[in-house]
Amino acid sequence: MPTLEDYKGQTPAWCPGCGNFNILRSFNEAMVEMGIEPHQFTIVSGIGQAAKFPHYTKCNTFNGLHGRTLPVATGIRLANHEMIVMAVAGDGDCYGEGGNHLLHAIRRNVNVKLFVHDNQVYGLTKGQASPTTGEGTKTKNQPFGVFSSQLNPMALGVALDCSFVARGYAGDSEHLKGLIKEAVHHKGFALVDILQPCVSFNKVNTYKWYGERVYHIEPEYNPEDRLKAFERSLEWGDKIPLGIIYRNNRHTYEDMIPVIKESPLVNQSFDLSKLEAALKEFY
Amino acid sequence: MDYTIKIGGEAGQGIQTIGGSLAKALSRSGYHVFTHQDYESRVRGGHNFYQIRFSDKPVSAIREKVDILVAFDTESILRHETELTVNGIIIYDSSFHKQKHNEPYFLDVPFSDLALEHGGNKIMLNTAATGAVLGMLGIETEILIGLIKEDFRTKGDEIISGNIKAAAAGHEYTKNKCAKCSFTITEPSNKKMLINGTEAIGLGAIASGCKFYSAYPMTPATGIMNYIADKEEEYGIIVEQAEDEISAINMALGASFAGVRAMTGTSGGGFALMQEGVSLAGMTETPIVIALGQRPGPATGLPTRTEQADLLFLLHSGHGEFPKIVFAPGTPEQAFYLTNKAFELSEKYQVPAFVITDQYLADTQWTYDSFASDKIKYVDRRLRGDELTKLPEYRRHAFTDSGISPLAVPGASRHLVVTDSDEHDEDGHITENAETRNKMVEKRLFKKMPLIREEISPPLLYGDKEPDILLVGWGSTYGVIKEVVDILSNEKRIAMLHFSEIYPFPLEKKLNYLSLLNNSKLAICIENNATCQFARLIKAETGYIFFENEIKKYDGRPFTLDGLLGEVNAHIRRL
Repeated sequence: MPTLEDYKGQTPAWCPGCGNFNILRSFNEAMVEMGIEPHQFTIVSGIGQAAKFPHYTKCNTFNGLHGRTLPVATGIRLANHEMIVMAVAGDGDCYGEGGNHLLHAIRRNVNVKLFVHDNQVYGLTKGQASPTTGEGTKTKNQPFGVFSSQLNPMALGVALDCSFVARGYAGDSEHLKGLIKEAVHHKGFALVDILQPCVSFNKVNTYKWYGERVYHIEPEYNPEDRLKAFERSLEWGDKIPLGIIYRNNRHTYEDMIPVIKESPLVNQSFDLSKLEAALKEFY
Repeated sequence: MDYTIKIGGEAGQGIQTIGGSLAKALSRSGYHVFTHQDYESRVRGGHNFYQIRFSDKPVSAIREKVDILVAFDTESILRHETELTVNGIIIYDSSFHKQKHNEPYFLDVPFSDLALEHGGNKIMLNTAATGAVLGMLGIETEILIGLIKEDFRTKGDEIISGNIKAAAAGHEYTKNKCAKCSFTITEPSNKKMLINGTEAIGLGAIASGCKFYSAYPMTPATGIMNYIADKEEEYGIIVEQAEDEISAINMALGASFAGVRAMTGTSGGGFALMQEGVSLAGMTETPIVIALGQRPGPATGLPTRTEQADLLFLLHSGHGEFPKIVFAPGTPEQAFYLTNKAFELSEKYQVPAFVITDQYLADTQWTYDSFASDKIKYVDRRLRGDELTKLPEYRRHAFTDSGISPLAVPGASRHLVVTDSDEHDEDGHITENAETRNKMVEKRLFKKMPLIREEISPPLLYGDKEPDILLVGWGSTYGVIKEVVDILSNEKRIAMLHFSEIYPFPLEKKLNYLSLLNNSKLAICIENNATCQFARLIKAETGYIFFENEIKKYDGRPFTLDGLLGEVNAHIRRL
């Protein structure tokens, strides 16, 4: 069985007090409690503070380009669907640069777990607005305040019939750990948006601000009722729900691909002698 | 014997169907066949043609002269009537046209009525037309009947027998009515394979153990995806149609990282989107093969036409400095083997490898006796199984004498496989350490490049070994330059120097191409672009300058044999 010591990665270069530390701890604890060994999964990440995540834990890692986590994760998962594949991204990375890929990853329902560290600001480039920054928020780049409406990842997920839509909070490690486990156990694409205060650049959405607003969704809530889920996904302001907003049992993309029914693509050997049949068709 | 058949009409009239059947009937009869298509960026209407040249000797280019023109619309007559040879014939169904032509070189064949009367369905007029062309040539319908049985095998006996009757009716009609037909056909020989550039790349990928192909559809690269998708189940391949080219290349990189051979393909505009992914392959040392099907640009350009204008873009693709391998096949045969070599070298050196083609090569069909599958190389260089499990330690980007680090399959052992688009250490973790950066650049670039360059084959010298006149080309101009050399070699010391392995630029020790260039009285660089990009590459790599000795074509159409011959002769006359 793995221990937390097995999950000790490089020393994080995040700011002191950053919400990412809690997310990292929740993640490592979840892996240990589920008995998952570091070599049994791959984390794909892009660019941003969140994207450094796989270096700070232990796992197979493809730390690629800004916004491009989900295509890489999809490729890995299709090539080896016995591998647990996760994607870690920030709100700018995933909802901004990679927005198109998110739409299509949800549509494909490839079995990838996406954890979005949502601090509602561009941290790595020092404080510009992100797609989830509240309307009217003033930044160095948006001196008149943000004009665009605030992206609602939960409502987006429900609207696209994403097979697992959940919200966690970096200030609530135990609850977040539970969500990470649920996401890993879920069969299908999982979007977990994690509220994560940015202590350096986001002076609005602080630990205090969240502390006054977040609440756990009641146990009797049925996340499979899509209309109710849509209603719940719109809650933002005085009360912000944490937990699984929506879940369904759509078939996964991998399940539909005939050539990997027997074994993962990566384990299939190549037989050159079969080439003759392909050549014959040209006569 | 060297005849050209041209089938012209609107998109959607079955031009490809007739051309395809005729070409296959001729190649099965053992003739050498070369086909070319010309189409517009539209699904219905417009003007398209399919041109077949066939001979008892190898043919590798298109001619401007036409022996049989099958005209499905009036525009085909207006456009191509002047291309007719002295004994050439135009066949047409006058019911399709507003007028009847009385000139002796016209033959009115009621394709439509023949199909309806004999086959039972007007739709079979394409088969009647195919039979009619064979009838004019004096070629029996036996092979065509075999093709009909194969093509319509899922459509039922009624459709098959109807088409056979329609073909026979067309054949009978022209055989009896074409008094002016004076075509002399040599005896058939052993059947040949007929393959185009697109299929050859797809087949080469399958032969190389490619298991993952992701792409966004874009002419002229779409055909590669179509071909491989058709073989998915048989050969255990996943073809994924990505949401865009950015996703396509990143998916392929993900699949390659996970342990399978992966490929993507696109055209110039899509390749522009892939740039960051090309660079990512360079930094993470992830093997990937990329097919680049050129078409005229800039931007959307002429979507269905041809050009060789993305060479320098490709050579400089991806930001930063890293090695890449670029192959530019000139024939479907080269496309097949070079796609295989691209997979081999890409995996061996963990660098992106490119196969650059264009609409012309993609669509032209060539005949061959066979492709030798025993010339295909397949070595799985990835660490997996016991070999990996028993390693005491593993570092994805470990420094080695060769610069090549061990490429392990993630999840196949307890060893972690870590890579990064940021500069990284031997473990694959982010670093900004200057010394590590230097060593990584030396590993990726300085150590690997000379090794890769040793693997590159020299250009092909075809014709005179000590030529006075040297015609230099790369990629898809191979066939037409070769035939120009064949024609002129009776009276001149002339040769072709054709480059199909372009980067790293071939070493001179295997073939001293520079002395050939320097010793010739006239060296001409021939390119399907406006700026002679390859001439610029030669200058950059060797210092050799062609000065004004360049033949360029940038109207979106390929060189024809007659056209290029005229231009080469004009250069020779200046000597």
